[in-house]
Amino acid sequence: MNKPDYSDVVMRPKLVGKRIKRTEDLRLLTGTGEYVDDVQAAGMVHVAIRRSDRPHARIIAVDAHAAFDIPGVIGVYDMTDFEGECEPAVPTSRMKDYYATPTWPLARGKVRYVGEPVVAVVAESRYAAEDALDHIVIDYEPLPFAIRQVDAVKDDAPLLHEEAGTNVIVRREFVRGDVEEVFRTAPHKVGGTFRMTRKCPSPMENRSYMAQWDKRNRALTLYSASNIPGVVRDVLSGCLGLSSHQLRVIAPDVGGSFGGKGSLYSEEMLVCLLARKLQRPVKYVADRLEDLAAMSQAFDELIEAELAFDDEGRFLGLRADVIGDVGAFSIYPWTAALETVQVISFLPGPYKTEAYHGRIRGVLTPKPPTGPYRGVGRPSSTLAMERLVDMAARKIGMDPAEIRRRNLVRREDFPYRTAPGIIWDQSAFLECLEGACAALDYPALLDRRDAMRAEGRWVGLGFASYAELTGIGSRISVAPGMPINTGTETANISIDATGVVTAAFGVASHGQGLETTLAQIIADELGCAMADIIVLHGDSSLVPMSTGTYASRSAVLGGGAATVTSRGLKAKVLRMAALLMEQQTGDLDLHDSTVTSRASNQSLTIKEIAKAVYNQMGRIPRDQREDLVFQETYDPYLGTACSSTHLCMLEVDPGTFGVRILDYVVSEDCGRIINPMIVDGQVHGAVAQGIGAALLEEVIHDGEGQSVAASLADYLLPVATDIPDIAIVHIEAELPNNVGGFRGMGEGGTIGAPAAIANAISDALAPLGVEVNKLPATPDRLFALVRAARQDKPPAE
Amino acid sequence: MSEHTDDLVAVTVTVNGMTHSRRIEPRMLLSDFLRHGLGLTGTHVGCEHGVCGACTISVGGRSARSCLMLAVMAEGLEIETIEGQGTPEALSRIQKAFQDHHGLQCGFCTPGMVMAIADLLAHHPLETDDQIREGLSGNLCRCTGYINIIAAVRELARERGPLT
Ligand code: FES
Ligand code: FES
Repeated sequence: MNKPDYSDVVMRPKLVGKRIKRTEDLRLLTGTGEYVDDVQAAGMVHVAIRRSDRPHARIIAVDAHAAFDIPGVIGVYDMTDFEGECEPAVPTSRMKDYYATPTWPLARGKVRYVGEPVVAVVAESRYAAEDALDHIVIDYEPLPFAIRQVDAVKDDAPLLHEEAGTNVIVRREFVRGDVEEVFRTAPHKVGGTFRMTRKCPSPMENRSYMAQWDKRNRALTLYSASNIPGVVRDVLSGCLGLSSHQLRVIAPDVGGSFGGKGSLYSEEMLVCLLARKLQRPVKYVADRLEDLAAMSQAFDELIEAELAFDDEGRFLGLRADVIGDVGAFSIYPWTAALETVQVISFLPGPYKTEAYHGRIRGVLTPKPPTGPYRGVGRPSSTLAMERLVDMAARKIGMDPAEIRRRNLVRREDFPYRTAPGIIWDQSAFLECLEGACAALDYPALLDRRDAMRAEGRWVGLGFASYAELTGIGSRISVAPGMPINTGTETANISIDATGVVTAAFGVASHGQGLETTLAQIIADELGCAMADIIVLHGDSSLVPMSTGTYASRSAVLGGGAATVTSRGLKAKVLRMAALLMEQQTGDLDLHDSTVTSRASNQSLTIKEIAKAVYNQMGRIPRDQREDLVFQETYDPYLGTACSSTHLCMLEVDPGTFGVRILDYVVSEDCGRIINPMIVDGQVHGAVAQGIGAALLEEVIHDGEGQSVAASLADYLLPVATDIPDIAIVHIEAELPNNVGGFRGMGEGGTIGAPAAIANAISDALAPLGVEVNKLPATPDRLFALVRAARQDKPPAE
Repeated sequence: MSEHTDDLVAVTVTVNGMTHSRRIEPRMLLSDFLRHGLGLTGTHVGCEHGVCGACTISVGGRSARSCLMLAVMAEGLEIETIEGQGTPEALSRIQKAFQDHHGLQCGFCTPGMVMAIADLLAHHPLETDDQIREGLSGNLCRCTGYINIIAAVRELARERGPLT
C-alpha cells in the first residue's frame, strides 16, 4: 500500500510520527504521581464495605450494634439509611426488549451476587473500619438462583430482577440473505461451540474513590480512579440531586483500567452520599479481593456458530446463536448490550460474508456485572470466527493464509457494509495478512513447524485476522442504543498572557500517554514548542461536555479535536500578528513558537504576541483584538476501521500441557501513527492481555455462586516469563475522512491474540484430533482434551 | 486511633537517609506506614498478598515487599523507597532507562519494578533475556507486556557489565 501523503494535513510534520519520550513519565517514575489513594484531606474518614456472601437472597435485617464497640467507628450504613437521598442510576437504552436494572449505592432489599456491597462502615482509619465489618450481622433469606447462563435463560428460571419479568434483558438479531437455503445447499459446513470464559480486567491499581464536601460552595468533588469522569459527573449529579456545577469528578493519575474503571460503580455513589451526609472527606479503596469480586467482568458468551463454504474455500454463509452471561446488573452507562451485541455485530469479522444470521440473548445471572473490557465482544467473536476459518481450511485441505486471502474484504470493496450493518472504511485488511506472513517468513515458518513436528513435538501455528471499529463518531453510540453521546470530543486551547499554551480535553488518560501525544499534535498544528504546552484531562470541569477515554477513541477524537482546535487558534494568532506587523495573514508562517513574514523579515514570538494581546493595550486596534482562546468540537461521525492479522507459533509441552509461544507477530493498520513508541507499547500490553485471556485468566464461579479466585495467586495474570518477544508490522493506510488520519489501536492485541493462540494450539494438537474452542487453554483443560481424544481413538503418533 | 494509645509501640526507621520515629499500632503494615504514616506515596499497593510486587522497596539493601512486613519489623533498619531513587529533575539511571525504553504506561507497577530492578542489577547476572524475564517475574505489570521493561533492563545490565 502506498505511503499516504499528509501534506494537506500538516504543513511541516515535526513531532507527529516520532518517538517522543513521555512527559508524564517524570512524575510517574519518581513516585510523585498522584493516584486517588495518594490524595489526602484534613479530617478524612475511611470506608470498608461488607459485601454479600450470598448469590441471591433477601436482606431481612442488618444488626450493626457490636460494630460501634470498635474504637474509631463513626457510622454504619445500609441502603435504608440513604432512602430519599438519592435516585438510582438507570442505564437506559433504545434497544427493544431491554430491561434497565437500577444501580444503587448499596444492595436494596436483595443481594444478587457474591461481592455486592451491602453495608458500609465509616471509621477514623481503614483498619478500624475493617475490624468493624466482622461485628455486623446480616440476616438473609436465601432465594433460588440459576448460576449458569444455559439455566438462567430458561422460562421457568428463578428471576433475579422480578420487575423485568425475565432474566433475558437483551435480545438482538441480525439477518442478511437466505441463510437457511445457503446452509442447505452449501458444499461444506463447519461448526462448534466457542467460549471465552469470564475475566477480571485487573488493572494494577484497585478501584479507589475519595469524595470531599465543600461546605462553602455546597458542592462535592469526587476523586475517582475512573476513565469516564465526565459520564460519572453527569449521572451522579442527577442521582444526588445536585446541579452539575456542584459536582466535579477528577480522575488524577489512574493505574490502568482496561475497561474495569470505565463504568459507574455503586461505591462512587456511596462515598459521595457519605461525604455529603458526614460533611467530611470520605475515602474508599478496594482491596484486590474486592476488585476480583466486584469490578465489572468480561466476556462470558456461549457461542454456537456455523460456517458454510464452497470447494474454493469461499464463505457462503455464517450463523450463530449466542447466550451472553451479563451478570446481575446491566452496567451504567454501557448497558448489558455492549459486550453481548458486539459479539454478533462483529462476528463476520473482516470477511465478505453475504448470508448471515446472528442472534444473541443476554441473560442475568447472580455474578458481578459484565462491562467493557479491552476488545469488548470482539475477542469472543474473533475466537469463534477465526476458529471456524481454520476448521474450514482444514476440512478442504487449504492453507489457512490462503483461505483468509480469498475471503478478506479487498481494497476495491471499501467501503464495505457487513451483514450486521458495520461499515468498513478503507483499511489494509489484506496487507495486514501479507505483512504478518512476510514478517515471519511464512513458508520458512511452516518448514520449521514441520521439522519440529517430525521430532514428535506438539508445535502449531495460528492466524487471527480481525477488524474493529474505533473512534466512533456521533452517528452511533459506542454501546448499541445507549442514549449518551460518545461521538464527539471538545478541546479548549488557550494561550495565556505569558505565552504558555493550555489545552483542555474531555479525555481521561490512564496509561495511554495522552499528555504527550496530544501535545505532539498541538505542537505541530499550532507551530509551538512542546515544552510550552500543558495538556489537561481527566476532570469533568474542563470542557462543557465530556465523557472520557474508552473504546479506542482518544487518539481519533482527542487527536481530531486537538487538530481542529489548534488550527482555529493558529488563525487567531496569525490575525493578531498580522495586525502587529502590518502584514497580510497569508504571508505569515508560525513555526517554533515564532510568526515570520515571508513578505518582510519581521518576526514575532508567540510570547510577544500574547503580551501585545493581553497587556500592551492599544497595540492592536480595540475592535479587532481577539483573545487567544479557541474551543472546537470534533465529530468523526462514522467510526474508522482498525485492522490486523496476528500470527504465532507455539509449542505444547506433552508432559506439563503448558504452552510456550515461540514466535509472535502483529501486523496492523492503525492509520497515521502519532508516537510509534506508544503504539508499540499498546500492542505489547494488549497482546499480553490476550495471552492472559488465552492461557491463564479465568473467573470461575462454583455452583453456589462463589468465585474461586480470591487473590492474584488464583487469578493468574501473565508475568514476564509468559510473554514472548512480539514483532510488530505497521501499515499506515490512508484515511481520507478523518482529521489527522488517526485510527484507534489500544484494544486490538486483546482481540487477536486469543484466537491466534487457540488456532495455534489446535494446529499443534491436530494430529491428536484435539480442537481448542474454549479459553483459557489451561494445562488442566488441554490435558482433559488430549485424554478424551486418546480414549476415543488411538493416539495419532 | 487515639483510643488505642496504650497499645501503640515506638518505631524508628531510616527511610531514604532520613530517620523517623513514630508511635504506631503494632499491626500496621510497612506499606501503610510508608504511604500514610510518612506520606511516601510512591510505594504502591496492588494486592497486599505479596503477589504483585507493586509495594517493593529496599530493606537493608535487598528488595522486600512492604505489604508483607509490619512496620515494627523495620525497627532500626535502613529502607529505600522510590522517592530515594531520583527526582523528576534528576532521574536515577534505572528511571532514565525506563523513560528511554517506554517501560511504563500507567505507572502503577513502576516504583516496585524500579526497586526490584535495583536489586537485580546488584545481585544477578542478567546475561540473557531469559534471566531478565525470570528476575522480573515476581512483579506484575498489566500495561506493558514487560517487553519494554526487559529492554530497559537489558541496557542497564549491559552498561553494568558482568557481576564480579
Ligand atoms: S501489594 Fe505487596 S505484593 Fe502486591
Ligand atoms: S505500567 Fe501500568 S501496571 Fe505497569
